Amino acid sequence: MSAHVNLERRRQAIYGWLLLSPAALLLTVFAFYPSIATLWSSMFSRGTRRNPSEFIAGGNYADLFADPTFWLVVKNNLFYAAITIPVSIIIALSMALWANSKISARGFVRTAYFTPTVLPMIAAANLWLFFYTPGLGVLDQIGNFFGLPSVNWLGQPETALWAIIIVTIWKEAGFFMIFYLAALQTISADLKEAADIEGTSRWTYTRRIVLPLLMPTTLFIAVNAMINSVKLIDHLFILTKGGPSDASKLILYYIWEMAFAFFDAPHAAAMTILVIVVLGVVAAIQFFYLDKRTHYQ
Amino acid sequence: MTMSSFVELEGVAKRWNGQLGVENISLDIPEGSFTALLGPSGCGKSTTLRLLAGLELADEGKILIDGKDVTTSAASDRNLSMVFQSYALFPHLSVAENVIFGLKVRRVPKKERQIKQHKALEITGLLGYEDRKPGELSGGQRQRVALARAIVAGQRLCLMDEPLSNLDAKLRNSVRKDIKKLQRDLGITVVYVTHDQTEAMSMADTVVLMKDGHIQQVGAPEELYNRPSNTFVAEFVGAPPMALIDSSGLNGFGEGKTIGIRAENIEIVPKGTGRLRCSVNECEFLGSETLIGLNYTGASGLCVLKPGLSKMPEGEEVDINFNDENLHVFDDAGDRLVKR
Repeated sequence: MSAHVNLERRRQAIYGWLLLSPAALLLTVFAFYPSIATLWSSMFSRGTRRNPSEFIAGGNYADLFADPTFWLVVKNNLFYAAITIPVSIIIALSMALWANSKISARGFVRTAYFTPTVLPMIAAANLWLFFYTPGLGVLDQIGNFFGLPSVNWLGQPETALWAIIIVTIWKEAGFFMIFYLAALQTISADLKEAADIEGTSRWTYTRRIVLPLLMPTTLFIAVNAMINSVKLIDHLFILTKGGPSDASKLILYYIWEMAFAFFDAPHAAAMTILVIVVLGVVAAIQFFYLDKRTHYQ
Repeated sequence: MTMSSFVELEGVAKRWNGQLGVENISLDIPEGSFTALLGPSGCGKSTTLRLLAGLELADEGKILIDGKDVTTSAASDRNLSMVFQSYALFPHLSVAENVIFGLKVRRVPKKERQIKQHKALEITGLLGYEDRKPGELSGGQRQRVALARAIVAGQRLCLMDEPLSNLDAKLRNSVRKDIKKLQRDLGITVVYVTHDQTEAMSMADTVVLMKDGHIQQVGAPEELYNRPSNTFVAEFVGAPPMALIDSSGLNGFGEGKTIGIRAENIEIVPKGTGRLRCSVNECEFLGSETLIGLNYTGASGLCVLKPGLSKMPEGEEVDINFNDENLHVFDDAGDRLVKR
């Protein structure tokens, strides 16, 4: 009897481990091991022919904190995130609310909004390059028509980062809209009718009913937008390459530069670790704090 | 009756893309009454209620509530409350917030809100559940929250769209009584949509039976039961439904008519003394009585009730008898002929 129970228990344990192993294996190979390896290599100096690589603990981190470019890039990225995250969420929400209401050509509107998402970022960036190019570009042509002077949007430090931000928002908003649209479909039409009978205005209904019910989606989108604000740098390669004078350089681009343009892997590794730590902390705050204030159906 | 009507519908019609929704709906509903809109699914009873609520706008006709023409008014201007089939509770708000949602929207002062909330929750037996979310309540409790939300505003007209259809049979019975009591105590006018004739017959002062977008009969429950105006009403109202017999199979009624008879008016008599000879096709034990289904050429739904458990073998031949005064006669179009 008890032998049978023990056998059954062991069998359950084996099942459990078997079910867990594919995910555990993939995560180990592609996430855990690289993270630890990165952490490890971030604590060694860059090896040259004369000075072989040696353990310097936090030396690379100290270098970074003393590097003005690093701080400029961090500042750029914080600004970039502070604008792209809220703006793309607000635009996505407004577009979803609009595309979900009874408008004509609803299918067309939804498709139009979604197009930027389907387009690869490199292709989109080339498109925007054509918009921004001074003289030839669409923006300049429109400006010319109204007698405005030509502006080199990508070529001057004051506007370069803004130009990048706009491309990102344009790219992200449509993608996030799809999530909002899906969430809006799950809100029962009865709720609107019940609110109508009470004489609820459209705005009150949106604020008191729709937005709270969309909170889980907003949380999900916010986390994604945050990740994208670090991850999405494809357009930098086409549009500005981080310039002029690092005005539009973002952290991941700087890491790439460090590793593959300057071949300084240890500093790149140190920067990667910093990014992982910051992202981890922010995601934890978002999940643990906002989760409590979110209603899941 | 001198009581003037509180809610009035005059020749109201609603069509979707030329297809029939409801047609020529005229109703007078006195204040403080309980009116049930009854009918099979797709008959237009919910549409009628939604037209009344202002959730749909009528294509034709006039709707008056409390003497005011509200045909084109918004739902919120009609001074009514509504209980939805799905309850339509706001899932992220607590019971208390759900109940006072409308009061908050109308900017009722906090003090008054609390008093009304307490009263509404007391009436519906929900005190102590204020902070629960709808997801943490049972079906019956959710239903009561919906009721509390409907009565908290103190509107004189309350519309209910199949409020009991999501409850199990036992609960349905008790909530039915609660709703009826609530309506009487508060003196409100209730228009109640249901497909369940037991519900309509037991609760309503007036039953409006509908089919295919048209009203078939309006009247007190006993009127619909005792004097059905056509064969549809006869077959819809009552359990078991009225049996219909083709007049050619019955002596003395001529051709082309339909004769209706209820089970309680039929009795089984010794062979040779009855008016019809039928064969038993099924026996259903109901507890206090047994329902015996009978086969007869040209008849549908013919059955007889016998007290207690008294099963009869299938296929056995029996003679049945009934009095002419208990018969309902319908013409070949199915309309009632003899007005008694």
